Amino acid sequence: MPVALYRIDDRLIHGQVVVGWGQPLNLGFIVLIDDVVAESEWEQELYRLGVPPNMEVYFVSTADAARDIDKYMADRRTGMILTGSVEAMLTLARTAVRPITAVNVGGIHHREDRTQKLRYVFLNESEEQALRDMAELGIVVTAQDLPSATAHSLEALLRGCAS
Amino acid sequence: MDPDVAPRAIVAGHGAFPAGLISAVEQITGRGNALIPFSNASLGREDIESGIRELIAVHAVQVIFTDLPGGSATLAARRVQRDTPGLALVTGVGLASLIDFVFCATEMSAADAARHAAEKGRAAIVAVAV
Repeated sequence: MPVALYRIDDRLIHGQVVVGWGQPLNLGFIVLIDDVVAESEWEQELYRLGVPPNMEVYFVSTADAARDIDKYMADRRTGMILTGSVEAMLTLARTAVRPITAVNVGGIHHREDRTQKLRYVFLNESEEQALRDMAELGIVVTAQDLPSATAHSLEALLRGCAS
Repeated sequence: MDPDVAPRAIVAGHGAFPAGLISAVEQITGRGNALIPFSNASLGREDIESGIRELIAVHAVQVIFTDLPGGSATLAARRVQRDTPGLALVTGVGLASLIDFVFCATEMSAADAARHAAEKGRAAIVAVAV
């Protein structure tokens, strides 16, 4: 089973990821790509708190993810690749040995330099451009916080469609 | 709301759950003032953490109740707890815990009241066979 979901979510591992997507997808593993968490045992323990014992979590840096992504893509279990930023996902998309075909924008929350696009997506200009760059790589970018929610196209997301 | 009841704890969690729980506490006990709601709706990690820190600073509370043990509010509360001595955290909060807490908080230390509330909440979850 290939990686079922490539998700951008600045809350990283939380309820929507583990329960909202994890249960319907029957996730066997999550790869969390985050340089800060990859360096901190304490942060890793924190994120493991919310993950059921049958779901494995790998904490990797952006650099290691680019090196090891092929291994995760070849894993026989259903997996999720998770980044906290648009930039980290774009870096991964550019360096992955096998192409990433779809990226899910699951949650990028309020910050002063960002404009609200959806209830759960706020973007600055650089992040908007990074999403466009992903689309130019042939990746289908959609915004969708939960499986039961509407998936918004990149065009609709950048336009700031109502949610 | 009883104006003589001082804030004793923050209730943090998803969507309208914190405000809803506090509304139920108020309806049953009249002591909803003892609890301060904090929703993580539309907030990123940093804003959840800073929001909780701000409420602690303003209200000088020593207890946080959160909903999911692995939810974003709990993770933020754990980070705050790391550098806030004496701060107690109770996860998986429900109405039974909060009702117990608002009565105990005036008679016990914050940590003891939090522990007592957690035990009450645990005991209130019962599977009734038909």
